[in-house]
Amino acid sequence: MSEERHPLDHLLRADRLPHIWCPGCGIGIAMRCLVLALEELRIPLDRTVVVSGIGCSARVAGYVRLDGFHTTHGRAIPFATGLKLANPDLTVIVFSGDGDLAAIGGNHLIHAARRNVDLTVICVNNFIYGMTGGQSGPTTPLAARSTTTPYGNFEPPFNLPALVAASGAVYVARWTVFHVRRLITALQEAITKRGFSFVEILSPCPTGYLRRNKLGDALDMMRVFKTQSEIRHGAPPAEVGIELGKKLILGKFVDLERPTYHERMRKQLAAFFIEPYVEKVSEEVEAEEVES
Amino acid sequence: MSVEPTVHTPSRAVRRPRGRVFLLTERCKGCRFCVEFCPRHVLAMSDRFNSKGYHVPAVIAEELCTDCKMCELLCPEFAIYVVRLEEER
Repeated sequence: MSEERHPLDHLLRADRLPHIWCPGCGIGIAMRCLVLALEELRIPLDRTVVVSGIGCSARVAGYVRLDGFHTTHGRAIPFATGLKLANPDLTVIVFSGDGDLAAIGGNHLIHAARRNVDLTVICVNNFIYGMTGGQSGPTTPLAARSTTTPYGNFEPPFNLPALVAASGAVYVARWTVFHVRRLITALQEAITKRGFSFVEILSPCPTGYLRRNKLGDALDMMRVFKTQSEIRHGAPPAEVGIELGKKLILGKFVDLERPTYHERMRKQLAAFFIEPYVEKVSEEVEAEEVES
Repeated sequence: MSVEPTVHTPSRAVRRPRGRVFLLTERCKGCRFCVEFCPRHVLAMSDRFNSKGYHVPAVIAEELCTDCKMCELLCPEFAIYVVRLEEER
């Protein structure tokens, strides 16, 4: 019965393993949750694309045995939007880090949420720029140390769920890499959700963040995730900011219905173009539009 | 918060699932997540190294495994998996 093959190897580029991430890095767990969620959903994997930007988390697009697109820094969402516009049948998943999505790609993030493009954006938040050497980023908590804030960070960080919820995302959730089963469920909901869905995954960065802040190793951070988390579904996103020494608020914060970019576009253009150029608007969408 | 392992004597009334843990030690980077978060303490760190010099865990009490797959889910390296065995009476 001993088979020297991991049961998920058929969904991974196993010849590339072991991966480049540091011992204790949580991105491997986040990638497993994505792969498991896709496997359990039974959606056609030949029509599923993983798009990523630059950074540690962005290596995921190269490790999964799916169509992948490793794009320029911060531009994962524009590339993904283009893919979705060219071929609306694709399931497009953006998997990237907080530095890529919220700093350099911050504008793309809020505008994709505003347009409600049918994407799933998975943001691994490790509070730091990991790959470039532990510089402070837009999610570094106040007073945390990094290579560029050796006396403690004094810039208030982004509260990512509040940012995307205010911009118009229809699904916003936050979990840690310790809460694997809930994370898999959240990823499945986000992938099947019509519209812009956003899942923030808190993850330890033992090399760039924990070591510099004397917070122990990745195992200590996982214990913090286990003991210092509070699950509060439906909490107002404005109240879920991350502060050092306070409880981490996890859960599904936003889950609502809004017409997507494609639905609005078809409805608007149907009056000007004839059938081959624009698909017919279904009655269901029109009814929703009247209600909203 | 550590829970002492409880040794169950097989009972006629209670069925419990059983699993067998497989380790792909060459992928392991010794993060100890599987050892720490196994609820039945099936695994422990061994004093062996793999070819990259990382300490690897070892199965010390396979008969306690209930196939909960926590070690498999929490391994960032895809280096551990559990196969379900026939249910024990």
